[in-house]
Amino acid sequence: MSEQRFTGTAQYVATEDLMVAVNAAITLARPLLIKGEPGTGKTQLAQEISRCLERPLYEWHIKSTSKAQQGLYEYDAVSRLRDSQLGDARVHDIANYIVKGRLWEAFECAVQPVLLIDEIDKADIEFPNDLLRELDRMEFYVYETRELVRARHRPIIIITSNNEKELPDAFLRRCFFHYIRFPDEATMRAIVAVHYPDLKQELLGEALARFFEVRATPGLKKKPSTSELLDWIKLLVAEDIAPEALRSGDARKVIPILHGALLKNEQDVHLFEQLVFMHRRAR
Amino acid sequence: MLVGFFFELRAAGVPVSINEFLALLEALQAHMAQGSAQEFYFLARACLVKDERHYDRFDRVFAEVFRGAERLCAQLLTAQVPSQWLQGFATRRFTEEERGRIEALGGLEQLLASLRERLAEQRERHEGGDKWIGTGGTAPFGARGFNPQGISIGQGSGRARRALKVWERREYRNFDDTVELGTRNLKLALRKLRKFAREGAADELDLEGTIDATARNGGLLDLKLIAQRHNTVKVLLFLDVGGSMDEHVRLCEELFSAARSEFRHLQHFYFHNFLYESVWRDNGRRFEAQMPTERVLRTYGRDYRVIVVGDATMSPYEITQTGGSIEHWNQEPGALWMQRLCAHFPRLVWLNPQDPQRWHYSPSVRITRELLGGRMFPLSIAGLDLAIGELRRPLMGTPAVLAGTDATSVTKAPSPAVP
Repeated sequence: MSEQRFTGTAQYVATEDLMVAVNAAITLARPLLIKGEPGTGKTQLAQEISRCLERPLYEWHIKSTSKAQQGLYEYDAVSRLRDSQLGDARVHDIANYIVKGRLWEAFECAVQPVLLIDEIDKADIEFPNDLLRELDRMEFYVYETRELVRARHRPIIIITSNNEKELPDAFLRRCFFHYIRFPDEATMRAIVAVHYPDLKQELLGEALARFFEVRATPGLKKKPSTSELLDWIKLLVAEDIAPEALRSGDARKVIPILHGALLKNEQDVHLFEQLVFMHRRAR
Repeated sequence: MLVGFFFELRAAGVPVSINEFLALLEALQAHMAQGSAQEFYFLARACLVKDERHYDRFDRVFAEVFRGAERLCAQLLTAQVPSQWLQGFATRRFTEEERGRIEALGGLEQLLASLRERLAEQRERHEGGDKWIGTGGTAPFGARGFNPQGISIGQGSGRARRALKVWERREYRNFDDTVELGTRNLKLALRKLRKFAREGAADELDLEGTIDATARNGGLLDLKLIAQRHNTVKVLLFLDVGGSMDEHVRLCEELFSAARSEFRHLQHFYFHNFLYESVWRDNGRRFEAQMPTERVLRTYGRDYRVIVVGDATMSPYEITQTGGSIEHWNQEPGALWMQRLCAHFPRLVWLNPQDPQRWHYSPSVRITRELLGGRMFPLSIAGLDLAIGELRRPLMGTPAVLAGTDATSVTKAPSPAVP
């Protein structure tokens, strides 16, 4: 097994528990299931692992119509039928019509690759069950050509989920699991520092204060997350906003400037406005 | 030591299997987590816990096993009431007459006020009397007693099944919808609600259409695809959790499980005892992730069918009074919210897991049935059949009225007088 360890990269701040989980998954060659609020860097994790360990990355993005079979291979019967009618010679070899999926490609890779199965909860309820043997034994059978495909190196598999559907127990038992917590203020500072190394301390302090204030608002439909904070700070820097402007002094301007980056829903903006207004009046 | 930890985890309700335990041992053998206790903690968590809802329980067991920490359940109670007062080993039995004699001790305000007084007065553990706060007595405060207007303090599950304030933030579990056993009958009953329509991406081969089109095409293959058939009935499910519903959990899980697999458009919400201004979708985050009931009304159209599941057994205050909720201060009485729900969703039923023979013992069931115009049915196969019949009414026309649909008429129960 690989002796390399994942320690985070220059662009990605990994907490210690995340590193332990990732390294355990790499060492034992088991899939790692990552959950967490949207925007906490679940998908990015796989990209960073591949960059840190210098391994090729295969991404398989799941949609509601995705079938497990599509990740293995697909038999293109329609083109074969057409070819047969047009008298093409290729038609006699069925292997010409087997289209490889992402999982097959990852299995064939010459070095141990990283495979990202993104948003597995989007797919049908049965989807994870259909992948049990493939993830466990890292092999599958192609019925059309009677061929057994086995992984040359067990890929490092990162699976992300947004918790839209419960995953079956049998599937969970084969994975390691990590829930990315929303970062605390210290981690958040480290994350922002990685992205904007020369941001003024003062502006950062104000921005974070306002950000956690918005997050603390009860009843928001969509709480702003790390990626939204980074977007917002980018805007603040681009517009050259002074830190004083963020300070919540002006009663008329209850909403932080450029709030569009933080609140993505007009009901949330309205709710926040009302709450802050009530709060101010009570003071 | 690790085996002990494994069984402690299972005892605490974290679903760990041998597989996962072996994975942890394998990881330790591979010399992972040699550095520190913290690293071992992270590793064990990644291997053994598969759901963030169980993190908290895992932490508790870990602390207990590896640091010999005090049992945390001792802290369940608030600082005001020492826990040894409430360890209910005196579970006195009361006769029916005795229970009948215990009358309501005045309004809600008075109860709360006198609780505060008595808490201040009382200084020692107490059991079995009729005034002091403790266990097994007939006083209106404390647990496991039989004053129907009682206030429950620190108990596992209610004995008299009525309480006014829950003084502990209990951890509720989301209903598990993977229960398969015994759901077949429920599924068959629910199946009557189905209404099929083709919907979504065209990914099914239309054999007839293909043959037809190919023939027209002069024999050259022309594939036709159609969308799959789906059940298009839309259902909202409101489930009562905790408190008096504890003993019906299994039945509710079965219903939930069956409904999940039968309906594509199924939204579920949880509430506690009665519907108020907010509901929630995830018991793990019920205090943070509440959803205003008003938004539910705005979001889902009147074509949705609504199934409410609850035993409707509670103190009548919880329905009729402002501030009657046992968990929070509600600005508007639950009855008003129920009326709004009925007005918005013409097709609504209430399923009650309690035996219909006992319905007329609780005034709250009677009030709820009045609010619903009699659309309360027992959560049994027969009751479900009747409820489905009610839900299948066409949307046009007058709202459902009770006439003849009264559930108790089919269940051989002595028909309670509904004023």
